Amino acid sequence: MSQSNWPLWEVFVRSSRGLSHVHAGSLHAPDAEMAVRNARDLYTRRNEGVSLWVVKSSDIISSDPDEKDAFFESPQGKDYRHATYYKASEGVKHL
Amino acid sequence: MAPTTPQEPGLNAVPSYEEEQAQARFDALIDKDSRVEPRDWMPAPYRKTLTRQVSQHAHSEIIGMQPEANWITRAPSLKRKSILMAKVQDEAGHGLYLYSAAETLGTPRDELNEQLLTGRAKYSSIFNYPARSWADMGAIGWLVDGAAIANQVPLCRASYGPYGRAMVRICKEESFHQRQGFEILLSLSRGTEAQKKMAQDAVNRFYEPSLMMFGPPDDQSPNSKQSMAWNIKRFSNDELRQRFVGMIAEQVKVLGLTLPDPELRFDEEKKQWIHKDLNWDEFMAVIKGNGPVNAQRLERRREAHREGAWVREAAAAYAAKQAQSEVA
Repeated sequence: MSQSNWPLWEVFVRSSRGLSHVHAGSLHAPDAEMAVRNARDLYTRRNEGVSLWVVKSSDIISSDPDEKDAFFESPQGKDYRHATYYKASEGVKHL
Repeated sequence: MAPTTPQEPGLNAVPSYEEEQAQARFDALIDKDSRVEPRDWMPAPYRKTLTRQVSQHAHSEIIGMQPEANWITRAPSLKRKSILMAKVQDEAGHGLYLYSAAETLGTPRDELNEQLLTGRAKYSSIFNYPARSWADMGAIGWLVDGAAIANQVPLCRASYGPYGRAMVRICKEESFHQRQGFEILLSLSRGTEAQKKMAQDAVNRFYEPSLMMFGPPDDQSPNSKQSMAWNIKRFSNDELRQRFVGMIAEQVKVLGLTLPDPELRFDEEKKQWIHKDLNWDEFMAVIKGNGPVNAQRLERRREAHREGAWVREAAAAYAAKQAQSEVA
């Protein structure tokens, strides 16, 4: 049995309490437990994390890159969703 | 109508409308210096170039563990031993970051590994020079890692997202490597006459090979132009070599040592560093496998892979068994 049977895992690291887990990279491991241990050795050699998530890459569902224009079209042209759209209140304190 | 001449399959076909659109989207990403991500369409030569570059880079990190690993047992103090182990672990880590990045281009890890073990893949020629003395640990850190950093910092902005991200992580860690090498040389240089001589000897042997790490001169580096057009490479081989030699010319004074290059000087008119002619015949010979320790490095890698087989098998068997008992 060779490494080709080892699934690919995506690694997410929480760098400190109060922050979200952020994608750090990926690795191969035979099972979840080894994936977490390998992730510790590979991505937190310098105190980069206080918590780790690993998830099988094949379990991630993502949006289709070819459809990205259409898929993310809806918020475009809706500037009024941003505070910067409202100019009349410029210069007014605490607003 | 001209007679049709046989061409490589796939190359003579008129691109489909979809391909043209995809190419246009890719070109636009490169034009605005944005990043290409794994699931984006990319031209086949771009994918191939990157797979080769990133996997060669990964192989270099993995083979690069060897010259230093050989010195762990002979490091002069416990502190130096710990530092060297941390450095070798980093090289392993860098190799793994880069293999992950290479895999996102579609070539599985096993295949990349196989290319290294069978000797079909190249890796940086610098690791085919032996590390003869403790001072070599210093020269490798200062000159070899220094040249690697000069090469790698611009790669943090490479157009392929996963490669750039791996390089950011690597560059952060490499600066420790260079500084620890510099400190080893500084300690030796301030030590006894024999220690200083050992340091100078190491610098003498690694100076020229480290300058050659940037690759052949620009007029003999046919692929560079395309890599720069794709925003993979940001500076030419000669530009990077210039930058590096300028830095070490100053740093060597702090060390109280000299660079083995009587021709080295800054030409005020041309605004560039002049260094001695490098031995490119030797460089090509080492790349082709005829360096001092090519065979030894590859054999050691194969041996480590063979010796680790039972660990990989046991881990896979354990995982299979656990998965079964979960189902039951």
